[in-house]
Amino acid sequence: MAYVAVKGGERAIDNAHAWLAEERRGDPALPDLTLPQIREQLGRAVDRAMAEGSLYDPDLGALAVKQAQGDLIEAAFLLRAYRTTLPRFAHSRPIDTAAMQVERRISAVFKDLPGGQILGPTYDYTHRLLDFALAAGDLVPHAPKAHAPQEPMPRVPDILRAEGMMEADAPDDAEPGDLTREPLTFPADRDVRLQALARGDEGFLLGLGYSTQRGYGGSHPFAGEIRMGEAAVEIVPPELGFAIDIGDVVVTECQMVNQFKGSKTVPPQFTRGYGLVFGFSERKAMAMALVDRAMRAEELGEDVTAPAQNVEFVLYHSDNIEATGFVEHLKLPHYVDFQSELQNLRRLRAEVERAAEAEQSPSPVAAEGRGEGAAPPTPHEGAVP
Amino acid sequence: MTHEMPQDDPNSARRRWMSVLARADAAAIEIRLGACPPLPAHERVRGPESGLVMVRGRAGGTGAPFNLGEMTVTRCSVRLPGGRVGHSYVAGRDQRQAELAAVLDALLQDPDYAPRLEAAVIAPLEAAQQARRAERAGKAAATRVQFFAMQTMRS
Repeated sequence: MAYVAVKGGERAIDNAHAWLAEERRGDPALPDLTLPQIREQLGRAVDRAMAEGSLYDPDLGALAVKQAQGDLIEAAFLLRAYRTTLPRFAHSRPIDTAAMQVERRISAVFKDLPGGQILGPTYDYTHRLLDFALAAGDLVPHAPKAHAPQEPMPRVPDILRAEGMMEADAPDDAEPGDLTREPLTFPADRDVRLQALARGDEGFLLGLGYSTQRGYGGSHPFAGEIRMGEAAVEIVPPELGFAIDIGDVVVTECQMVNQFKGSKTVPPQFTRGYGLVFGFSERKAMAMALVDRAMRAEELGEDVTAPAQNVEFVLYHSDNIEATGFVEHLKLPHYVDFQSELQNLRRLRAEVERAAEAEQSPSPVAAEGRGEGAAPPTPHEGAVP
Repeated sequence: MTHEMPQDDPNSARRRWMSVLARADAAAIEIRLGACPPLPAHERVRGPESGLVMVRGRAGGTGAPFNLGEMTVTRCSVRLPGGRVGHSYVAGRDQRQAELAAVLDALLQDPDYAPRLEAAVIAPLEAAQQARRAERAGKAAATRVQFFAMQTMRS
């Protein structure tokens, strides 16, 4: 049966995809969107597709957004699928966010800090009023420039650490785990957790981060620093034996500074949560930092009570490609499964009816009223992963 | 942006031109090459081929490394008739850029070619990249918050 159904669906599927292509194009009287237009004018959508697709390539990100009609989870899925077609040449040296070309850098804990507060191209302080001048189109805005001697911009946690108020974070050059190569296992170390968060769903992490602020595992966060800009990527190709610069990636980094009471061995000090995301994606970087800190509860001797502190819960549900696969698989044919459920239900109902009849057999009149309503459906337990 | 190469690095010159070529698309390189005599024939040793680099960050910016996500990269290796070999790794999927970068990497190691290519290709591309960077730095600087309440109080 199932085989016949698949054969019969072929033409319908082809036609559905043809219609999808037509719908994607929209009204042919309107100009087709070009990839540079998407890359330049829908940059935050491209950034999100790249971050959650875990593949940095703004041109491919623009293509994925176009192909997915702006459905960004679908776009991320396309990028994840594409990356499997390419060999991996190397891994980079860890990018140095202290040395990046900063386009935005703010701190909510120090007003005056070396390098200053740089607002950058932000939506903060806009009034969120729809701008009908944009609807009219063809604006060519000009941003003012200031002559700027580039000052060094140390990261805020590094400033705090110099005073001994911030937990130490000594570099440890152990080879980090890689979720694209080894399946997730528990307990998951912070390197793997950060990788999962960096490619995790922005909405899921935003909700979890918000929950920590509302009291579900709160850790009194301050936005120590948020910075965005271009960071150079270096690799050490074996044929050269020295590091070369292969280009830049735009990243957003968030350093959350959190209270910590201290323990028997550690004096009271600040701890931190860290967020680092491809593209200009401040909401995601902040949410990531909140959730990273929440997941450090056990390491810091705090009670693990809230969803955001539950490493397994967070990591098993943060990946929107996996989530969408499992949620959406429900729409695929489950004809045979369902037939067996249906048979089960019929059998159960027949049993219930027989039992009722047997009980009521001395008085058939009374049985009528009870037998009328359907037995409450047994709760569907869902597929087991 | 780590462009300050240590002076004692024997590879600093090569690292510099490779970094400039990695950020210049094929069209920009070809325009600069238009001012030069034709390049010698070369043999492709590997590629150009596109692949991935896993970009790493550090927890907290200074801690243990973690895998942030991948980026596309294209590489190429070429050999010149004299036997000199050039390599390139450039972000993105521009295969023409990667091949030109590899050829230029080989030629720039040759003292007969280096001065002309440096003047005609590398220096102008680097200047254009620095200008773009300065342009964005200038816009960023214009958004630097000046807490002028202090100045007002003094006056």
